[in-house]
Amino acid sequence: MSSAAPQTFSNSQADKTMLAVRDLFCERDDRVLFKNLDFDLPEGQVLQVQGSNGSGQTTLMRILCGLNDSYEGSIKWYGQEIEEQAASFFSSLLYIGHRVGVSKVLSPVENLRWSCSLKQAVSDEQIMAALKEVGLRGFEESPCYTLSAGQQQRASLARLIISPASLWVLDEPFTTLDSKGVAMLEKILQRQAQTGGSVMVTTHHSLSIAELTLLSLG
Amino acid sequence: MTEKQTTTSAAFLATLKRDLLIAFKKKNDIVNPFMFFIIVVSLFPIGISPESDRLTEIAAGVIWISVLLASMLSMDSLYRSDFEDGSLEQLLLSPHPLFFLVLAKNISHWLVSGLPVVLVSPLLAYMLALPSEAYGTLVLSLLLGTPIMSLIGSIAVALTVGLGSRGLILAVITLPMSVPILIFGTLAVQSTLNSQSPLGYLSLMLVMLSVSVSLAPLASGAALKISVN
Repeated sequence: MSSAAPQTFSNSQADKTMLAVRDLFCERDDRVLFKNLDFDLPEGQVLQVQGSNGSGQTTLMRILCGLNDSYEGSIKWYGQEIEEQAASFFSSLLYIGHRVGVSKVLSPVENLRWSCSLKQAVSDEQIMAALKEVGLRGFEESPCYTLSAGQQQRASLARLIISPASLWVLDEPFTTLDSKGVAMLEKILQRQAQTGGSVMVTTHHSLSIAELTLLSLG
Repeated sequence: MTEKQTTTSAAFLATLKRDLLIAFKKKNDIVNPFMFFIIVVSLFPIGISPESDRLTEIAAGVIWISVLLASMLSMDSLYRSDFEDGSLEQLLLSPHPLFFLVLAKNISHWLVSGLPVVLVSPLLAYMLALPSEAYGTLVLSLLLGTPIMSLIGSIAVALTVGLGSRGLILAVITLPMSVPILIFGTLAVQSTLNSQSPLGYLSLMLVMLSVSVSLAPLASGAALKISVN
């Protein structure tokens, strides 16, 4: 078993595997979504999960985050079961799902102030800089119901820029983005991989990221 | 460790602030239950009798039951929109204890839905011809009782937030659990009217409040996890 602290991106060869999934089995409404699913997610990699509609991509992402517990098999975080080190796992995890976690009545700044401080302390300068980077300059204080779906998505993705989390789990983050937004997000994902973090992402886009590996479901 | 505690309190405060901000921006959610409360109480003198003797007798009960009904109306806003926009998932994935985050949401809910009702209750008590010596007891009992209703209601909302059509299920779960508060709340006011000390009933309510504060957020948190699953 590993003894390294999971928080730091260690350089030792032994602890390169961030997430190890073994023999994962999930059934939904008497239909097997996946069985005997094995994969590793090492540090510094972007893992793209692919599959036809209904093949359980979202379910897999939610299982990995601990939002869904109807599965069998083992999921290890740096060599230990996730339940044994929940606090450290959750502070290293950033999840953005289909429902992006942006309240429509609040502005992007107010949304980020809350969703970021659930993980760590965050300053307004950081938030402003992140919103500028995702192209929401000028919309910082507008209520999110006045923004388009793509802009709301961007407001949610601004968390990626602020977050020091080492594992990002992103469920269809590209859906509402325009081509500029897609390029921007690819760049952000690449940067995360190059600084030793990892990303799990479901999408049907073909991504142009060097550190990419593919996982096919169903 | 201390650093972790600081960030937990920061997350608690951020959640409290956010919910107050949302309530402030969605004024309907605050104003509607409050107006409902005032209107329901006003209907009793019209429907039963404007005679002060009769009204005095039922005043405490009328106010307490109306508070219960109004709190039912306001409960739904507690987790509903968070569930729909995905904020609830972010809340559940926080490394901080869910207990404090849920407690922050409950406190904010009470501040915008319970507290205004408590503050306006002497006015309605006056309208129902409740003798003025009982105002203090009424306000105190509501001050202890309304947070309990927010905390208990929170469990029921958390359990039902994932259901498509909830209809009356919320009231069916919550109202029976609120019966003890109703009993002690009205008895406290009644005993003041009979020139007895209401302290016994009020301290029982204080005990119920302490138990709810320490246990209900745990139950709400567990229920939220089930609903999101």
